[in-house]
This record gives sequence, C-alpha cells and structure tokens, in this order.
Amino acid sequence: MIELADLYKSFGSNDVLRGVDLFVPKGQSMVVIGGSGTGKSVLLKSVLGLVTPDAGTIKVDGTNILEQPRDAFLARFGMLFQGGALFDSMPVWQNVAFRLMRGELKRPKAEAREIAIEKLRRVGLGPDVADRLPAELSGGMQKRVSLARAIAANPEIIFFDEPTTGLDPIMSGVINDLIREIVTEMGATAITITHDMTSVRAIADRVAMLHRGKVRWEGAIGELDDCGDPYVDQFIHGRPTGPIETLR
Amino acid sequence: MNPVAHLGRAVIAALAFVGRLSIFAGTTVLNLVRPPFYLREFWIAVLHIGYFSLPVVGLTAIFTGGALALQIYAGGARFSAEAVVPQIVAIGMVRELGPVLVGLMIAARVTSSVAAEIATMRVTEQIDALVTLSTDPMKYLTLPRVLAATLVMPILVGVGDIVGIFGGFVVGTETLGFNAATYVKNTVDFLEPFDIISSLTKGAVFGFIAALMGCFYGMNSGRGAQGVGQATKTSVVAAAVLILAANFILTQAFFAI
Repeated sequence: MIELADLYKSFGSNDVLRGVDLFVPKGQSMVVIGGSGTGKSVLLKSVLGLVTPDAGTIKVDGTNILEQPRDAFLARFGMLFQGGALFDSMPVWQNVAFRLMRGELKRPKAEAREIAIEKLRRVGLGPDVADRLPAELSGGMQKRVSLARAIAANPEIIFFDEPTTGLDPIMSGVINDLIREIVTEMGATAITITHDMTSVRAIADRVAMLHRGKVRWEGAIGELDDCGDPYVDQFIHGRPTGPIETLR
Repeated sequence: MNPVAHLGRAVIAALAFVGRLSIFAGTTVLNLVRPPFYLREFWIAVLHIGYFSLPVVGLTAIFTGGALALQIYAGGARFSAEAVVPQIVAIGMVRELGPVLVGLMIAARVTSSVAAEIATMRVTEQIDALVTLSTDPMKYLTLPRVLAATLVMPILVGVGDIVGIFGGFVVGTETLGFNAATYVKNTVDFLEPFDIISSLTKGAVFGFIAALMGCFYGMNSGRGAQGVGQATKTSVVAAAVLILAANFILTQAFFAI
C-alpha cells in the first residue's frame, strides 16, 4: 500500500502540492485526475524521488521512503512515462530489459533478451520489433514498449503518467485494456494520472481528484458519477463553466 | 533596482553556479571509487570521443603545423633565423598549439554532442526513466564520458602534436627547402621529455573540462528545444573559455618548474 500524508511541494512562489493526503490500498488501481498544473505529475515524481517534497511523508508498506535509500524501493517500482522515455540509443529489447542487464537484477544477455521478447509479446508486439530502434516505431508502439519496460522486472507498484496522451481512440483503448489486464494479472498496486475519462473508467478501482494542490475528492470508481462534488462533476463532464476557473 | 543589490545578486548567482559545478565535478570524481561502473558506456565513450575525433584532430593539426612553419620562416627571415623553423614548430605544437587546438576541437565536437544528447534525454524524461530503473545518471552518463575524455585526450593531443610537426615538416622540406634528415634531427634533438609531459597533462585536463561541461549543462538543461539549444551553446562556450584559462594556469605552473 502507498500512503501520502500532508505532502507539500513548492517551486519558488508556486505552491504545487499543498497538503496532499492519499491512500492507495495494496493491489488497487488508483487513478488521479485533475486539470493541467494541479500537481499530478509532481505527486508521482515525489513518490519516485525525482522531486523532493518540502514536507510530509510517503509510506510504502508502512515505511517512510523519504528516509530510506532510494535504490532499495525503486527496485519495486515500474513507471510508464507520458512520452515513453525510451532510450533512443539502444534497440527496443535492450530498453525493455534495461533493468535485467545491470544492477542487482542482472541476468545473462540471452535470458534478458528472452524475457524482453516475452514482455513485448505480453503488450502485443512481435519479436520482429525487438531489434528496431525506438525512433522507428509509431507512438502507440512506443507506448507499448514503455509498458513492457515498466513490467519487465515484475514490479509490485506501477505508475502510469498520462498513458493515452497523443494516441488515437482505438490505440488508447488498447493501452487502457493492457494496463487493466496487467495490473490485475500481476496483482500490482497502480497509480495512474490522466485527463482522459475513458482511461479513468477502464483502469480505475479508485479515483482521486487533485485540485489546487490538494485531494478534492477520493472514492471508488462506481461512486464517481454521483459523488455530488461540483468540482468533480465539472471535470468529468468537461463543462467549461463551474467552480473550476477556466481561461477563455 | 539598487545597483549594489544588483551586483550582490550577480555575485551570489555566480558563487551558486561555481558551487553547483564544483559539487557536480566532485560527485563525478567520487563516483570513480563508488560502484557500479558501466564499462560498456565507458568504451562507447572512448570510441566516440577518441577514435571518431581523430580525423578532425589530424586535419586541424596538419594545417596548423604547415602554417606555423611558414610564419616562423617569414618571421625568422627578418633577422636571418630561418633555420629555427623545425625547433619552433616542434615546441610551438607540443607545448601550446597541439593541446589548445585539440582541446578546442574537442570542445566543439564532443562537448556540444554530449550536452545536446544529455539535454535531450533530460527533456524527454529519459534521465527520470534511468532513475526509476535504479540507475544513477551521474554514474551511467557522466562518469563514463568524463573518464573517457580525460584518458583519451592525451592520446589525441599526442597524435595532434605528431601530425602538426609532420605538417611543418612537409612545408619545410617541400616549400622552404629544408633537408628532410636535418629537419627531423633538429626537431628530435630540441624537444625535451618535459615538453611532451606538459602537453599530455594539458590534454588530460582539457578532456576533463570538455566532457564535464557537456554533462553539466546537459543535466541542467531547460525545457524544450530552446533548453537543449541553450545548454549546447553554453556548454561549448564555457568549455572553450575554461580550456583557455586552464591553459594559461598550467603554462604558468609548468613555467615555474
């Protein structure tokens, strides 16, 4: 389980996180929604240690990870980045097997390649893709490769940052289904941040809405439509008018 | 704004920059004794920084050596000292022009590419991805490049020195009428081991500076294409200026020995 308590983060005079409290039960898929600039990415990056919070605690299975060596807990994480973040200097299979070719999880090259091809197959890509460079793939294929990399070391916790941004609706549906299947099949705890309500409904067990650096509402996916919160209601229906200020 | 406050801010910003750069350099050096080491990345960097730089180093050195021979001959003729061409070409190339020109060419070729590559990785979240894959970017990206540049630059400078002297030899024997055997003998007799040591030492320092600047500005790049462009430009300028400054300091230090 992941527990964020009273998390604060500012960049200069810009207060991005203003006391975030969030609890993600083990094996659950939490989707964090919210407008641009509400601190969703900073939230994920804080958990990963890419951003150091100004105050608050982040506990994973009861341990405050801000006080622990980062490498130890990162070994339990997988991350799908918004733009894929594939290493363009190496072929696809080496991207997928990156963690399996160095560090504590290092395996023989042939075995790492075999696992990479298996993970590629899991996300619907054939072995012919393995030796291609990321730049030779379409956006949807790059997202799948990134997903394969995220799950290559069978992580207990997986983060998805805007997994369907920039994809067509059909490919978005494919990625959403893959994420849901993989999270269920691996029993992983997942946090996804997205604006895409189709993704929310496909991926989430629970939903949290971030607004102005705080969790505005949190609950089960089944409660989302009738939650009664005007902010959530405006966001999920994409209404230009309502309590959330919009620039026009 | 109050000019004193303006000056104060500029000084504080400059000191903060020096502090950040010093920590970056210190961390890089400390990582030499802190595993893991990424040998594959190191050898790739050796290939890119060393082997692939040979053509540009050779071309720069041969033309410089040739031009130097002509200038010395023309200058020496004013006081009947044309015969010193081999000696001055040798000492000029080995002690000064070889290391500085190779250093500047490496700043242009390697610093820019390292800064652009790492800055692009920063912008496209590849650096963040490295971290999430339990890989320290300073160990994986910075150390191999800085170490490779520091180790291969003396070799490149050595090649540059030899090719530069050869350029002077070709011009001296083909254009200026020097006897080939005498030219070689004068060159070899005149050079001392200390000249070569100082040349190669400069090379190592310049290599360290060139790669460090590329990595530093790449890692601290701003966002977007503009951020990458700015990081690349600033890294090359900083590397070139620091190489010339370091050259003066080292020359002064060697001069005192």
